[in-house]
Amino acid sequence: MTKEMIKIRNLHKSFGDLEVLKGVNMSIAEKEVVVIIGPSGSGKSTLLRCMNYLEEPTEGTVEIDGVSLTTAKNINEVRREVGMVFQRFNLFPHMTVLENLMLAPMKVRGIKKADAEATALTYLKKVGLADKAHVYPEKLSGGQQQRVAIARALCMKPKALLFDEPTSALDPEMVGEVLNVMKTLAEEGMTMAVVTHEMGFAREVGDRVVFVDNGIILEEGTPEEIFSHAKEERTRSFLSKIL
Amino acid sequence: MNFELMTDSIPLLLAGAGITVEITAMSVGIGMLIGSMVGVARLCTVKPLRYLANVYVDFIRGTPLLVQIFLVYFALPGLIGTRVDPFLAAIAACSINSGAYVAEIFRAGIQSIDKGQMEAGRSLGMSWAQTMRYIIMPQAFKRIIPPLGNEFIAMLKDSSLVSVIGFEELTRRGQLIIARTYASLEIWLAVAVIYLVMTFCVARLVGVLERKFDTK
Repeated sequence: MTKEMIKIRNLHKSFGDLEVLKGVNMSIAEKEVVVIIGPSGSGKSTLLRCMNYLEEPTEGTVEIDGVSLTTAKNINEVRREVGMVFQRFNLFPHMTVLENLMLAPMKVRGIKKADAEATALTYLKKVGLADKAHVYPEKLSGGQQQRVAIARALCMKPKALLFDEPTSALDPEMVGEVLNVMKTLAEEGMTMAVVTHEMGFAREVGDRVVFVDNGIILEEGTPEEIFSHAKEERTRSFLSKIL
Repeated sequence: MNFELMTDSIPLLLAGAGITVEITAMSVGIGMLIGSMVGVARLCTVKPLRYLANVYVDFIRGTPLLVQIFLVYFALPGLIGTRVDPFLAAIAACSINSGAYVAEIFRAGIQSIDKGQMEAGRSLGMSWAQTMRYIIMPQAFKRIIPPLGNEFIAMLKDSSLVSVIGFEELTRRGQLIIARTYASLEIWLAVAVIYLVMTFCVARLVGVLERKFDTK
């Protein structure tokens, strides 16, 4: 395939005595959508959070577009290239939607206010919330907040986007609107790593599905391979419970 | 009870009350400057900085304000070889004292903000300091208004301690008038009522501020 956007080698992560990741090797190519699935506590969220160093690995390396996070002098310079969308949205409640979107581009990239606003409005429109620019996050539904969070990440023009269970905190009727936005992004060629329990999304949008269990990648393949012809018994039993 | 004596001394006492407010406002003001930095330092990842901040807060909170005033007014001159002006000593002691308490208020306020906010800021490429400044602090500030109000009220009362170094605020004024008139009951009653009115007003003001910040 094309160039590797995210490259993980021999990744270990321990919290105290608990080893959550036990040597993970993984690559995500440019424009690839990788869906990470697995039981809770398997380490899939930790794996994702290591990709932008929200968790610092105990051992191993993470590279973003050829730049190592492990040896980076300024972690912020690498981080700004990787957007993240959280389960609980994490919008800034003291700012309007527009301010949420403009803050980082202005403070981190030094973009002029007028340009930051134009970019923000473009992405708000893209996620279907152009009319909410001057509203505070608390006035929005969960689905709307998550779409704002996606737009906020996009405003930094990241090379890759990480999604940490983006629909898990949503009411069921709002899951679709968020998944649709993500699907559009995938179709436009955004490099994405998605931790999710939405198997429909994994099957339809994912280029590759990675099954994480007990701190290692137990199995990976195309959605078809994983969902219909999983080799490992653990994968099959997990999927049988969740599907 | 000699009411005439009481009313006669009111102007003098009120002037003293003005000085009490002044010293309190300055001390808590400087205390907020110190406290915001020390509070953040107590949470930062730089170990020596955090250690220093802890020592400061523990020392101030673990010793009486009166002793701290004595340290600044009587002990410090021996160290630096020059007399310290009572006003300066009073302000310095109260500010340093207030700083430690305000630091704890800031620390608690910052820690009460969901850690997802810091993660969101950092994931956007903002530095720890930027995230603190633009995201955490503005949210924390709203929450620390009530405890800051309490700190102001506490300092308003505790500033009476600087009377022992002869600084003429409200309490000291009362003492001086009694030394002249022997009217203990009248004057101390008047002094108490003036303190009460001041603390009551501050408490109400804080309530108004709280509601104002809450509407957004």
